[in-house]
Amino acid sequence: MTRALLALLLAGSSAAFPAVAADQPVDANGQLADRELQLRFEQISKELRCLVCQNETIADSNADLAIDLRRQVREMLVAGKSDEAIFKFMTDRYGEFVRFAPPLAPKTFLIWGAPFIALLLGVAIIYRVARQRSRQPLDE
Amino acid sequence: MWKFLLPFAAFVALVVLFAFGLNPKRDIHALPSPLIGRPAPEFALTDVLDASKVVSNSTLQGQVYILNVWGTWCVACREEHEALLEIAQQHVVPIIGLDWKDERDRAKQWLEQLGNPYQAVAFDHDGRTAIEWGVYGAPETYLVDRQGRVIYKFISPITRQVWDHEFLPRIAAATRAGA
Repeated sequence: MTRALLALLLAGSSAAFPAVAADQPVDANGQLADRELQLRFEQISKELRCLVCQNETIADSNADLAIDLRRQVREMLVAGKSDEAIFKFMTDRYGEFVRFAPPLAPKTFLIWGAPFIALLLGVAIIYRVARQRSRQPLDE
Repeated sequence: MWKFLLPFAAFVALVVLFAFGLNPKRDIHALPSPLIGRPAPEFALTDVLDASKVVSNSTLQGQVYILNVWGTWCVACREEHEALLEIAQQHVVPIIGLDWKDERDRAKQWLEQLGNPYQAVAFDHDGRTAIEWGVYGAPETYLVDRQGRVIYKFISPITRQVWDHEFLPRIAAATRAGA
């Protein structure tokens, strides 16, 4: 009798958490059993953009798509895929924009470089204006 | 002379930038699809109207077709539905539906009550097929050519205007090519 009850409780609890029950080795907190994989999962999730709420990562977003993509990342980690393979999977389907921080590549040079270029430009302008001002005679 | 020209040039540059960037017609959330020019991901899912049947795009090899991603939970899809019904009446190309993250009963009810523009509707309950296609919202519509390559993706509800200006020319070109 108790064993049947226990079995029922277990089945019930896995039905209550359908997202974590059947397909992945996650514990009751929804974390991967393998500590290292869980850490990689957290890191990767922080680097992927939720395309529904585009200013959030899939780690932060509650959108359905974010949940699905987190599941996808977990499955690939458990299947032994590397971080690069997981990022490639995502960019192959969603494009570079799905990477939250743009990768350092020739075509993203402008994104990374723009703040520094703007800073240099600003300094140059200030310098020129300061020089001009110092050349003008002081007002009496 | 330069005192005048340089700020003026900067002003002109800003005007151009704003004309491009602040254009209300631009959807800033629309992303270009990396699938364009590449083979359409294959799927074999159950038919939303009949779970014992399979809907697969492998049977559409050699045909130009449309894949329309929708869901009963999606308000914009409801908007799009009437246009799709009209378009389907033209019988230009098969429209295959991908019912994304939905409930079968609700989808059945929706199609029965509002009409069914689709040749077939594939039931993507867990969203895995949508991920393969790079779907991130609904409605989204893909155009696939005879060689099974994705040649166009439209993000937004389709209107008659969009159909006439964006889809029909591409469909005509795709139908001529490889004929």
